[in-house]
Amino acid sequence: MKVRGKTNWMVTIFIALGTLFILFPLYMAITISLKNQQDMLTSVFGLPTHWRFENFTEAIRMTNFFRAFGNSAFVTLATAVLTLLTNSLVAYAIARNMNHKFFKGLYFYFISAMFIPFPIIMLPIVKLTSAMGMTNLVGLTILHTVYGLAFNVFVYVGYIRSIPTALEEAARVDGASTWGTFWRIIFPLMMPINATVGILICLSTYNDFLLPLVIISDQSMYTLPLVQYIFQGQFNTEFNLAFASYLLAMLPMILVYVFAQKWIINGVTQGAVK
Amino acid sequence: MARRRAAFYWMTIPAVVLFFLFHTFPALQGVYYSFTNWNGFGDHYDFIGFKNYYYLFQDSNVWNAYGFTFKFAVVATIFINIISLLIALGLNASIKARNFFRAVYFLPNILSVLIVGYIFNYLFSNVFPIWGAHLGSDTLAGNILGNEKFAWLGVSFVAVWQGIAFNTILYLSGLQTIPTDIYEASNLDGASKWQEFWKITFPMIAPFFTINMVLAMKNSLMVFDLIVALTNGGPGRATQSISHLIYTGGFEGGEFAYQSANSVIYFIVIALISIIQIRFLQRRETDM
Repeated sequence: MKVRGKTNWMVTIFIALGTLFILFPLYMAITISLKNQQDMLTSVFGLPTHWRFENFTEAIRMTNFFRAFGNSAFVTLATAVLTLLTNSLVAYAIARNMNHKFFKGLYFYFISAMFIPFPIIMLPIVKLTSAMGMTNLVGLTILHTVYGLAFNVFVYVGYIRSIPTALEEAARVDGASTWGTFWRIIFPLMMPINATVGILICLSTYNDFLLPLVIISDQSMYTLPLVQYIFQGQFNTEFNLAFASYLLAMLPMILVYVFAQKWIINGVTQGAVK
Repeated sequence: MARRRAAFYWMTIPAVVLFFLFHTFPALQGVYYSFTNWNGFGDHYDFIGFKNYYYLFQDSNVWNAYGFTFKFAVVATIFINIISLLIALGLNASIKARNFFRAVYFLPNILSVLIVGYIFNYLFSNVFPIWGAHLGSDTLAGNILGNEKFAWLGVSFVAVWQGIAFNTILYLSGLQTIPTDIYEASNLDGASKWQEFWKITFPMIAPFFTINMVLAMKNSLMVFDLIVALTNGGPGRATQSISHLIYTGGFEGGEFAYQSANSVIYFIVIALISIIQIRFLQRRETDM
């Protein structure tokens, strides 16, 4: 920091060594998923002597991977879309009316939910969703959208308040309705924060385990984490198959991450600064 | 003006309806059930007042779950914050391949907690003991997750491994809000690196310290997936977290109403801790 531009080699070396802690478990996961039973016993740390890609095809077959992936993808994308549409709208109404009692009250009503632990609603929500016939992927989508609301409204309101109102006023003078102003002016201006919220909600929905665990009972609707849970219980001795299955479940997110990591990290960082 | 207000009211309706129906209403129901003796599946139940709460305080499983969860949450929160702050400082220094390293350190955050837990479960049983044996320690040569006394350390280790990622990014974004000319000025005054950190860097990122402490603590207090993947609460009940107890007791143990009461206590505890943390840490922010 003292001299800008000059590389600090000491720190670089420490940081590089630190990544070994992150990468080692992943290295182990990848090599194990490609080994056969023989290799698993003889060389714990080494690369596989025979690369067994059949582990993956076998895991795909046994876990019905593509069905679970389809379910996860549907719930993740639907949640993201529904979240962006509904949460941004209510946050806009709140952010522009903070001086009004009703909207301010609404803001604190939503925010307070951040401190309510999921278990307090877990038991009743199972009764409720089954009574309403919502123990399916659509139900899961709605619940994820609702449970993200507290945090998202918090992030959105902070961001919207930093957008100057001058543009909206100009639009209103030109005769645009409040809805028109929102969709044509505010929503496009919110793209950076939409990206942040979208990324975070995708990550948490795709990786969520507890909600599908309590809501979904029909096997054909299992999401990827749920499949790993069931699979682990049934085949806890065949580690190479289990690891192939874990990697398959993580792969879509890892691929997205590899291509969009800069964007994802910037998105998360931006969401934090506001 | 009135029409504009009306449009704003309409905008809130979908969110309010959904939120009330699927969040507030079940939460109130949970509170209601906590005063009954419902087992969760029968038709009949009675109103029994505060009996569930009374029994909760005498239940050793409950005390045990709170004990483990707190021990775990405090240790995980402290380590996550120290380590991620160090990493963020490193990533903010002038190092080579900074973007690559940032990407690697954030990687654990995109992975499912459950699967990370399963991977470490294997490492604890099959890989770490090999190193432990080399070090000549009997404790480390065994599976630490199977050890009643030390299993909680294994769980904490994995939570820290994964939790660091998100906090590092938040600290990094905090560090980037500090203008660099402050450091130039302190250099001219001859401040040491140590003074620079405590007098400038740390006070400047105090709000990020607050949010990171609160988030890490709250997430750790709610730990569930990791417990399922690593120990399933064992050995015995050594690593049973509060959420895990509520889940197993409420769904599998026929203790629906009883665990509802536990949830209510759990909510009060988490809310109190978060409020105290925010108050305490924010007072520090303004002092500095």
